[in-house]
Amino acid sequence: MVELSLTQIISTILLMLLGIAVGAQVAPIMSWVERRQCAIIQRRLGPNRVGIFNFRIFGLGQPIADAIKLLFKEDFVPPYVHKAFYVMAPVVPVITGLAVTVAIPWGSHVVVNNQIVNLQAVNLNSGFLLIFALSSLAVYGVTLAGWSSNNKYSLLGGLRASAQMVSYEVAMGMSIIPLVFIWGTLDLQVMISRQSEILFGFLPNWGLFHAPVSFIIFLVTIFAETNRLPFDLAESEGELVAGFLTEYGAMRWSLFFLGEYSMMFVMCVLTVSMFFGGYEIPWISQHLLLDLLSPTFGEALTRWILLPIGIGVLLLKVVLLMWFFVQVRFTIPRFRYDQLMKLGWVYLLPIALVNLVVTAIITAFIKFH
Amino acid sequence: MEHSVHYIGMNPYLPILLILIFGLALGLGVSGVSLFLGPKKPNQHKLEVYECGLPITSTAERRFSIKFYLTAILFILFDIETIFMYLWSVAFDYLGWFGIVEIGIFVATLAIGYIYVLKRGALRWD
Repeated sequence: MVELSLTQIISTILLMLLGIAVGAQVAPIMSWVERRQCAIIQRRLGPNRVGIFNFRIFGLGQPIADAIKLLFKEDFVPPYVHKAFYVMAPVVPVITGLAVTVAIPWGSHVVVNNQIVNLQAVNLNSGFLLIFALSSLAVYGVTLAGWSSNNKYSLLGGLRASAQMVSYEVAMGMSIIPLVFIWGTLDLQVMISRQSEILFGFLPNWGLFHAPVSFIIFLVTIFAETNRLPFDLAESEGELVAGFLTEYGAMRWSLFFLGEYSMMFVMCVLTVSMFFGGYEIPWISQHLLLDLLSPTFGEALTRWILLPIGIGVLLLKVVLLMWFFVQVRFTIPRFRYDQLMKLGWVYLLPIALVNLVVTAIITAFIKFH
Repeated sequence: MEHSVHYIGMNPYLPILLILIFGLALGLGVSGVSLFLGPKKPNQHKLEVYECGLPITSTAERRFSIKFYLTAILFILFDIETIFMYLWSVAFDYLGWFGIVEIGIFVATLAIGYIYVLKRGALRWD
């Protein structure tokens, strides 16, 4: 008898929904966080008034109000654009931004109906390469938006953005290779469980301590990949109006941000999973907790207890990293375009190559001496 | 009659396909909503290209710098090299020192190409 495992299907769908829910909520919440943080840095108050009924809750009603405002704006397609591409361009970042959320590792696994349910919606043997594959597709949205708008500013913005994104992708892909051979796997969950060990007796065994140069390169490249300041040359207001966004308005305009913030969130999850031990609490691994709590609660229940703890720890680390993103955005000025390309090709790429070779030799000495 | 239960694991790529379709529907749906909710008030100035109000002299479909093509070509070259290195890095433990020497030769060859590109000025933007 052949039976499709219902448990597996339902759990996969639930995990996908969790990813979509978080990925889609990042944009509105981050828009508020960024405006508040910007205001604080500039000694203003920022949006602090919009609440729900009489409760002001620090202005957290602002994103909801913004969303409603955007929905009621005029859906305007200029007559001179290439219509099909113009309409499709904002959808591309949304598709890729939401699709990458399936690869988020929320935890190790739980047991339901005597079946092991992996807490990663899609667990491929190609591991995090899926995130890279999907995230590089986002460049199509930007390029199409720039070209189809039939506006010189848009075209320049789109060209700049696409050249920037592909340039930094090379350094990005290369900077991560050391981690693959240090951990010996592409699977994020395996990487994370390896990082729960303790290094030299006092440090958590994080990827950060094994490949610090990789971390710095990767951090710089995710800023460039998500088109954020100091690399937001694509929409540098001073010279290009709003770059590839110039001809967009209303909901289509905000779809770009939905995709972009979702992508940024997943990139932060990826960074945290590779360099900061993902859902594992430093020094207190889930293995240790499992051994401690299993006698009292039983293994299955303990895994369920660990699930929300793991997600909480992961989100906490990601939120700290995203706060760093916001902090950088309002404190570091924008690069000039030639400086940007020079940083990508002339500095980051050779550094990544040298880092790769040096780390390989050191790892080989440690592993096979 | 035998009753052996085979649990068919889902094709791991199926959820990706589903979420791609979901993203498409969400994107088109959300941008479609304001088609019904929003007002429609076109006027002559709104229908013009937004280029800071100056009279438009030409469309945007014009030649742009060769630099962008060069960057794209170099990207393809170097990105494919990166993929080859991923293959080696997965088999790192298996290949051992042989792999290190091989990747050393590979990186050296790549570096020669990179230096050539650098010396020819393909990466200069100023």
